[in-house]
Amino acid sequence: MPAAADPHVALRHVQHSFGRRVIFQDLSCEAPAGQLTVVVGGSGSGKSTLLRLIGGLIRPRSGEVLVEGRDITKLREWQLKEVRLGLGMLFQNGALLDSLSVFANVSFPLREHTDLDEAAIAETVHESLARTGLKDVDDLLPPQLSGGMRKRVALARAIVRRPHVLLCDEPFSGLDPISALRIERLLMDLNESGLTLLVVSHDAPSTQRMADRVLVLLPGQCVQGTPAQLLEHEDPRVRALLGEAIDPALVAAEEEH
Amino acid sequence: MLGLVSEMGFLATSFVVSLGQLGVFAGRIAGALVRPPVRVRELVLEIYKLGVLSVSVVVVAGLAVGMVLGLQGYSILARFGAAESLGSVVGLSLLRELGPVLTALLVTGRAGSATTAEIGTMVATEQLDGLRMMSVDPVHYIVVPRALGLALVMPLLSALFITCGIAGGWLVGVLLMGLDSGRYLTSLQGSTEFVNDVVGSFVKAAVFGVIVGLVATWRGWRSEPTSAGVSAATTSTVVIGSLSILLGDYMITALWGL
Repeated sequence: MPAAADPHVALRHVQHSFGRRVIFQDLSCEAPAGQLTVVVGGSGSGKSTLLRLIGGLIRPRSGEVLVEGRDITKLREWQLKEVRLGLGMLFQNGALLDSLSVFANVSFPLREHTDLDEAAIAETVHESLARTGLKDVDDLLPPQLSGGMRKRVALARAIVRRPHVLLCDEPFSGLDPISALRIERLLMDLNESGLTLLVVSHDAPSTQRMADRVLVLLPGQCVQGTPAQLLEHEDPRVRALLGEAIDPALVAAEEEH
Repeated sequence: MLGLVSEMGFLATSFVVSLGQLGVFAGRIAGALVRPPVRVRELVLEIYKLGVLSVSVVVVAGLAVGMVLGLQGYSILARFGAAESLGSVVGLSLLRELGPVLTALLVTGRAGSATTAEIGTMVATEQLDGLRMMSVDPVHYIVVPRALGLALVMPLLSALFITCGIAGGWLVGVLLMGLDSGRYLTSLQGSTEFVNDVVGSFVKAAVFGVIVGLVATWRGWRSEPTSAGVSAATTSTVVIGSLSILLGDYMITALWGL
């Protein structure tokens, strides 16, 4: 795949709501090219919605969503297909095709969008699976896999075509600590090879280890910065989401709110 | 009173909106049908799942309906001394009405509902979004093989139903009631017109196949991404599909006499 002209993701003044529930009032944020940006926030703060907006799976009520320099809110579905060729996405539950084996799932993007022969496809698929720590799982069906294995297969599928931008929704949830660390290292390796990553995560230690930038989604606002900067932030909610010991008074205030 | 008017207005608006969505969805299917690549493997798999796996149900139902027609038809025809016309009564009833209609209702209950549940589950588990993110149109990959598969298998299953029904009528008329086998078959052959009856029957079944394919895939596509939503979508496929078949049958018969 040729190098992206501008592997950069940005949202400008985005408003989005589900029915009467406002998710984003006026969200502006960005994931710089070649950096690993971790998105954190409370449950229901719109982390997954943010990734779905960037993937063009949902459209905002207003505002711009820039992916590799193009405002995808203006694009039609067939034009979005071109943009998505440069994107990879790991869904929270994997989103593997139930009726296809692991091998068929991971090879699916290669068969759809490349002219590789069977040998090359098999080599690429096995390399991708190995990077996520999986082997001898070719013939298994997704329902036969554990939650963590499903997630790793989904990650192997997301990176098999070497996208420019990788969107990961909760890549560590459901994984044992060793697998989680392996995935963390894989994401960092991918980032070092030039990939732009946006990772939604609740795991504060891994966020501090791997993030170049952190994007904190709070009700009605978004705070951005490096992990070190945000650990010094004046808002205790920001520090708590970055792993600082939580003040019980903060929990009480949230409950009152 | 105002509440009732308001409710009726809401229902009417929802109905028109749904029709519009169905029209747009049908247009997307039509567009995807002519767009390469042709997904032969997926289509063959769907024909197997929707058609081959429905064969046993259709055979049993066809035989049962034919045998009932044989019993009822013989007892009524015998009153008028026309028992030898049993073959034509059974054959024409099956060809013109019962074959296509009952097959379509059976397929709606078995394969149509399964199609809706399958697509609905894909919606709930984000599989369709996963396809979109891989730059693959879910209408092209998921919907078209299922809708086309249902449209293709329906005439074949209807022909099987009719054949079994005629055999069922023969079993009752000839083996149970003692009619002459040759007269049963001659009566059937003599009263059947190829274009009006046989081709008409195929056309009817094909139209029902298109209706069931469209309704089943559309309801799955629009289902809420919850277990209750998938369940409701599956039920609505059976209800909407069955009513559409019965109303469509009347329209085809009234307009073209098939």
